[in-house]
Amino acid sequence: MTDRQKQRLLHRSIVTLAWIIGLLMFFPIFWMILTAFKTEQQAISTPPLLFFEPSFDNFLLIQERTDYTKHALNSIITSFGGTALAMIIAIPAACAMAFKPSHLTRDVLLWMLSTKMLPAVGVLMPIYLICQKFGLLDSRFALVFIYAMINLPIIMMILFNYFRDIPKEILEASRMDGASTFAEITQVVMPLARGGIAATAFLSIVLCWNEAFWSIVLTSSDAGTLVALVASFSSPEGLFWAKLSAVSTLACAPIMIFGWFVQKQLVQGMTFGAVK
Amino acid sequence: MTRTLARLLQAPSVILLLLWMVVPLGMTIYFSTIRYQLLYPERSGFVGWSNYEFFFTDPAFWPAILNTLTLVGSVLIITVGLGLAIALLIDRSFPGRGVLRVLLISPFFIMPTVNALLWKNMMLHPIYGLFAVFAGFFGLEPIEWLKDAPLLSVIMIVSWQWTPFAILIFITSLQNFDSEQKEAALLDGAGFRARFIYLILPHLARPIAVVIMIQTIFHLSIFAEIFVTTSGGPGVQSTNLAFLIFAQALQGFDVGVASAGGVLAIILANIVAFFLIRMIGRNLAV
Repeated sequence: MTDRQKQRLLHRSIVTLAWIIGLLMFFPIFWMILTAFKTEQQAISTPPLLFFEPSFDNFLLIQERTDYTKHALNSIITSFGGTALAMIIAIPAACAMAFKPSHLTRDVLLWMLSTKMLPAVGVLMPIYLICQKFGLLDSRFALVFIYAMINLPIIMMILFNYFRDIPKEILEASRMDGASTFAEITQVVMPLARGGIAATAFLSIVLCWNEAFWSIVLTSSDAGTLVALVASFSSPEGLFWAKLSAVSTLACAPIMIFGWFVQKQLVQGMTFGAVK
Repeated sequence: MTRTLARLLQAPSVILLLLWMVVPLGMTIYFSTIRYQLLYPERSGFVGWSNYEFFFTDPAFWPAILNTLTLVGSVLIITVGLGLAIALLIDRSFPGRGVLRVLLISPFFIMPTVNALLWKNMMLHPIYGLFAVFAGFFGLEPIEWLKDAPLLSVIMIVSWQWTPFAILIFITSLQNFDSEQKEAALLDGAGFRARFIYLILPHLARPIAVVIMIQTIFHLSIFAEIFVTTSGGPGVQSTNLAFLIFAQALQGFDVGVASAGGVLAIILANIVAFFLIRMIGRNLAV
């Protein structure tokens, strides 16, 4: 074999190996979606069925028995609401930090990040009792606020990194033209950092959508998100796999498809703009 | 933008976060020193350190700490190792690469409860689970994963979800690699090992730091995966600190003891955070 042939063989085997790994990684998801179209009997048949006549009964039953639409709506409201609230607070703050840094800026940012280290369980009781006191148990409002707070540090960190990359000359020029601070932010900074702002918001939405501590602990029927809906299926052992798969597929599909489309931005977001 | 205005713009975020941190933290510390049982509201009063003592002497305490650290450590090693390996494998051009990438990163978007239920039932179930079916196919005795190896099962479940996260970040970073450098190294006859150690690893230092930091933040308080699969059992074999506190608070109805546990969780997190923040402070030009 020549060197060239060896190289090609190596390339091919690596690509094959990569595909095998990729298919294995995706397999559980594939299996979940497949099971969603089986009957309960087929779902636990041995050997497992790969080919069968697909049925949509599970999806219909889910909608009948639980309220998928309501839970989905709650997920959408809380993830987008929490993200929006956090962004509204964070954009001006990050702007100020990036364009008017003081000797404290670095410490403030690291302090904010350190609040992420505060484990949710550590403050479980107070938050639970506060919510109880103000009648905010099982309310979307409480979740929106909590999601905004737990994502704010990360959002600040990422936005700060983006805003800092904007050349200060542009801002100075706009100031010369008599732009107010508000106009500076809305008409100069935001358009320039659009990619970064989108990346940050996407990441925050994904994190909120999949947040599984506060949504399980604080919600039940009214404000229950899709995470909580799926968690409520955890008790009956093994008997309702097909329905469980159907509800899981419905719960994950929106955010997974969303994630496929915005994966590039997600990476930028997740690494605080450090990896572009 | 004047200095005052800059402060004004920052004020909401700082004040809200401060409240979000200080109020619950203060309450947790306060609760941890009083008797506070939801089932017996008439028992109250200052008890000093006794909640801590109770939590410390709980036979589940040390196992929970150990489980927490084992969980974080193992998941980090698995995800960073696998993530690196897979990212390097697909760091080349071939048809269908985009599709493969989507397949590889999808598990990251699965919500933790779904992830846990999916693995508990359809993968690890000792009779109908695919693992058992495969074991049977090779004539092996199926393993009762969640009973015989509960912590390992949780590690597996969490790693499946987070390896894609590592892949996603590493592959993006590898793509920005200066290809001239790579070619120069190839021309100089550098083997894979030399290129990996002297070129790729230094280039990936920052992404690796980021991956470790973010994952540690999330894994220190893993909850849903345990809540849904093993409920911390059998015994305390898969109980981590987060789950232990949850069990004390909402199942044992003992707010005082749970709060003491909360304070301990915060202290543990801060010890870890101290090192992490230093690392990230070095690696990120803040």
